Amino acid sequence: MKMLINVPESVVADALRGMAVAHPDLVVDVENRVVVRRDAPVGGKVALVSGGGSGHEPLHGGFVGAGMLDAACPGEVFTSPVPDQMVGAAAAVDSGAGVLFVVKNYTGDVLNFRMAAELAEDEGVQVATVVVNDDVAVTDSLHTAGRRGTGATLFVEKIAGAAAAEGAPLDRVAGLARRVVESSRSFGVALSSCTTPAKGGPMFDLPAGELELGVGIHGEPGRERRPMMTAGEIADYAVEAVLADLRPGHPVLVLVNGMGGTPLLELYGFAAEVHRVLGERGVPVARTLVGNYVTSLDMAGCSVTLCQVDEELLRLWDAPVRTPALRWGC
Amino acid sequence: MSETALDAGFFLRWMTAVAASVDREAPRLTELDSAIGDADHGSNLQRGFAAVVKTLEAEPPGTPGAVLTMAGRQLISTVGGASGPLYGTLLRRTGKALGDADSVTADELRAALRTGVDAVAQLGGSAPGDATMLDALDPAVEALATSFRAAAEAAGQGAEATVPLQARKGRASYLGERSVGHQDPGATSSALLFTALAETAEQEAAK
Repeated sequence: MKMLINVPESVVADALRGMAVAHPDLVVDVENRVVVRRDAPVGGKVALVSGGGSGHEPLHGGFVGAGMLDAACPGEVFTSPVPDQMVGAAAAVDSGAGVLFVVKNYTGDVLNFRMAAELAEDEGVQVATVVVNDDVAVTDSLHTAGRRGTGATLFVEKIAGAAAAEGAPLDRVAGLARRVVESSRSFGVALSSCTTPAKGGPMFDLPAGELELGVGIHGEPGRERRPMMTAGEIADYAVEAVLADLRPGHPVLVLVNGMGGTPLLELYGFAAEVHRVLGERGVPVARTLVGNYVTSLDMAGCSVTLCQVDEELLRLWDAPVRTPALRWGC
Repeated sequence: MSETALDAGFFLRWMTAVAASVDREAPRLTELDSAIGDADHGSNLQRGFAAVVKTLEAEPPGTPGAVLTMAGRQLISTVGGASGPLYGTLLRRTGKALGDADSVTADELRAALRTGVDAVAQLGGSAPGDATMLDALDPAVEALATSFRAAAEAAGQGAEATVPLQARKGRASYLGERSVGHQDPGATSSALLFTALAETAEQEAAK
């Protein structure tokens, strides 16, 4: 597989050097692997820190900036960052108002962030943690590591980030983040495998005429494989799976997310089908976001995330944000 | 089990032997991980143990406990993923349990490793039979009562015994029944710790 890289060992560092030149609003510490907004710490404001394995860009570094994250900690490709990164990030962004860790539910991320929280608290930083677990494809959560964190991470970081920007205290920012987690569900599909730089080839085998329904963002297998379906049929299946686990009594935010290898042309077509299914099911849509936000390297495919919102959550979603990947109202 | 005193030098040689064995076996670990994970277990541990050896060589600690504590801390700081905290906790907690004695007996090491392995079980929320590191670590510590070689063999057998098991923890658990038939990479690398321990002890005895 041809890749636009130098050597596999340096892909993360090379990308961070690129972020530094492209985004002067960020301070990128390539050696310690921490991305921080340039004006941090912002006086009196609760700080948001997230992180995870690389390969999901723009998550998380692309969401660092006013109204969203204060810092992000990228790990190796598909490998969680180490506690030293989160401790360093927390120290750099804490204004004294405390730090919220936004953690996707994977064993490695949860363990490293837990260690980091203990170490940061030893250094006098007040830390709260929210674990995002929105992937409904995982049904047997008792006998697995539990539901995975995927697209809802973007909703959590945006909405909690807006609350922090308004001056909300740590317990309230954490409480809002948990409400977004409880109100969000996702389902993803893969049309092809992703290619990790270290392996240089596909991570899993998916026959040419089939798709994986319920795939994770590291190529974790989903619920089943079927012969290739149309965008409309995939939307029926995915939205049905999400709604089976979420009964909206309010309008929803919709994220139609590309996995990295599917063109926007196709994603917009799929978004129209998602709206059709939601309309047929009587679910009102408040806002829709379409694009590659929580990716899986070069995997073809997409995911749908719905987040049930009341007026407060919707207002925080609409609040100004200024990051490399998400920017409006300012 | 012999009452030979194991000093800091022994523990340094053990960690160096682990690093060499992880280097040697990295392709196999990666291959096992590519079947049920994301094909990076070999390279992640290689990076970690290389850093361990570098740190230990730069500032060799004076006691067995300090060697393992420093090694564990280094793994936590360099490996990432689930393996970093789990391996790091194993060595760090074992090292802390050894205290600050200049040398320890094999029985004292066994008791300390039991503390370390229990800490891994608690951190990972798992038990033997879940197709994890514990399937190699747990029987190895038991067999250490007999000999270092017996512990190495028990760890190897424990790793092989994960083949028919369904993974219940970590990323492999998402495969469900599809994880059956694959040897767990974490159990396999855990067995390397005990193979290296037996080799180090045997070289010591041959002196």
